[in-house]
Amino acid sequence: MDQAALILLNFNAVSLYDKITNNLKQHFNLNSRTIIPDIDLRKFYSEERDQYYSTKLIEYALLNYSEFKKILMITDFDLYVPVLTFVFGEAQLNGKAAIVSAHRLYPEFYGLPPNDELFISRLIKEINHELGHTYGLRHCFNFECVMHSSSNVDEIDIKSENFCNKCLEKLNLF
Amino acid sequence: MNNSDVKILIVDDEQIVRESLTHWFEEDGYQVSSAADAFDVLKDLHPGKYDIMLVDIKMPKMSGLELLEKVKEIDPDCIVIIITAYASVPSAVQALKNGAFDYVTKPIDPDELSHLIKNAIKQKKLKEENVALKASIDEMFSFEGLIGESPEMKKVFELIKIVAPQDTTVMIRGESGTGKELIARAIHMNSPRRYYPIIPVNCGAFTETLLESELFGHEKGAFTGAQYRRKGKIEMANGGTLFLDEVGSVSQKMQVELLRVLETKQFTRVGGTEIVKVDFRLISATNENLERLVEEGKFREDLYYRLNVFTIYVPPLRERRSDIPVLANYFVQKFARQMNKPILKISDEAMEILLNHSWPGNVRELENAIERAMVVGKPPEIKPSDLPFHLEKVNSFESDSLEEVEKKHIQRVLSKYDWNISKAAQALNIDRVTLYNKIKKYGLQKN
Ligand SMILES: [Zn+2]
Ligand SMILES: [Zn+2]
Repeated sequence: MDQAALILLNFNAVSLYDKITNNLKQHFNLNSRTIIPDIDLRKFYSEERDQYYSTKLIEYALLNYSEFKKILMITDFDLYVPVLTFVFGEAQLNGKAAIVSAHRLYPEFYGLPPNDELFISRLIKEINHELGHTYGLRHCFNFECVMHSSSNVDEIDIKSENFCNKCLEKLNLF
Repeated sequence: MNNSDVKILIVDDEQIVRESLTHWFEEDGYQVSSAADAFDVLKDLHPGKYDIMLVDIKMPKMSGLELLEKVKEIDPDCIVIIITAYASVPSAVQALKNGAFDYVTKPIDPDELSHLIKNAIKQKKLKEENVALKASIDEMFSFEGLIGESPEMKKVFELIKIVAPQDTTVMIRGESGTGKELIARAIHMNSPRRYYPIIPVNCGAFTETLLESELFGHEKGAFTGAQYRRKGKIEMANGGTLFLDEVGSVSQKMQVELLRVLETKQFTRVGGTEIVKVDFRLISATNENLERLVEEGKFREDLYYRLNVFTIYVPPLRERRSDIPVLANYFVQKFARQMNKPILKISDEAMEILLNHSWPGNVRELENAIERAMVVGKPPEIKPSDLPFHLEKVNSFESDSLEEVEKKHIQRVLSKYDWNISKAAQALNIDRVTLYNKIKKYGLQKN
């Protein structure tokens, strides 16, 4: 089984580690090693936007964890790329590294009461989605497929955690 | 329209914007390209090159507003979305007035961007459907392709309007290339039979036996190779219009059979006995001197009168020179669309040459000449050297003798008609014997 680096950047939902690592095994056949890096996150921070630059974080991870088959970063910080107001995550299409932000996945972000079940299902979907990109998958037309593109949280809630048959086929070619 | 058919261009001087947006749209499966400045975009822009353009309003060399204007000139169907900073929203509003589809402010909300692109594609699809719909309606009720503003052509249009609604048999006379089939179609499309087919048959293209089975159809086993029962063109035209082109070349035997079917509106298939009843309107066309053929006993007089109930004579292009610019420009537009090329203008010098050419091949020759010019010509205009007969024309003005000019002209007309002596003779307005003599005299050869 290939090994993935699961890098936690200020991610506090510790009780969810098991669920995340099991998910990586189940969907991608990946063993994961959890790493909490010693890194000065101010380099990636934009004061003006109060957000972290996801592309730069991916670059950092590639430089420092190249020995792993895949690198997945999870953070509670809000992420951005300069063009966009925010991103849920970013991944190298057909590459190694992906990052997911939990920031906008908490119901609290939208002024709603906490809901752990909803939160973890959103997080797993975003992890599968971004990792899917690293396996060369593009956005899928099937709205139930986890590779369906979602630019707001409602769209995340509509889709499932799973890949549709077409996407699964491409995933298995890897 | 699948995502993979949608061509998006991102125009922004900031590399980071180009890269992130390219990345963003590529994940959605669009065809994405990017450009760092407006000049790059305009260099080889042509209609249909991009479906959607995202253009930054603030760029150093040429602003997004200027680019928008120029893009709309070249490709009015391209959807332009303006990217702007909050500070310059007023200029974005100006962009909307100048034909931009919408604008987004930097940094762009991903949700907003997806919606915008989805709407743009929806709009594009709708527009395409409308264009297709309009094209089919135009074809039905206007004289599509029949262009002309000369008094001669206006008279032709008048005759079409008069005769179309009646069930009269029509004969269209005129040189080849004048658009006789278009006129037949215009008559059909403006007649009550328009919901049934118009079936064209080029009588000159078949041997006697083949024309017979083409027109009347045949039963299985009627002749060698007839493995199935086949409907003939006359049967197919039932309810609609039968268009017999080059009717002057029909053999004597076929003339008798045609006359019979016109009189009785019934016939039997080749090799069959069953009587088939049909109801069709007949339009025929010829570029031959039928009267002479009747005099010479080569064409039945009774059939001649049956066909010649209402005659429309289409004048050759050289007799209605005022139509040349109209037609030439029409073909330029047509080929620009088909070739996805920017519309070229015809330069004054080239138009002069077009106006002075004799057009033995009529509208078809003009269409071919423009097609060629559109292929070899470079924007912004078609020049004399882009026209196929430019050199010949220049030569004839030099010190060549009259005989030399005649020799070259005959050579050119012969190759134009692929050495079909009858057609070449007709185009040259001389008889075949004279043409043979001239070929011998000048020692002309097919190469
Ligand atoms: Zn994605
Ligand atoms: Zn899928």
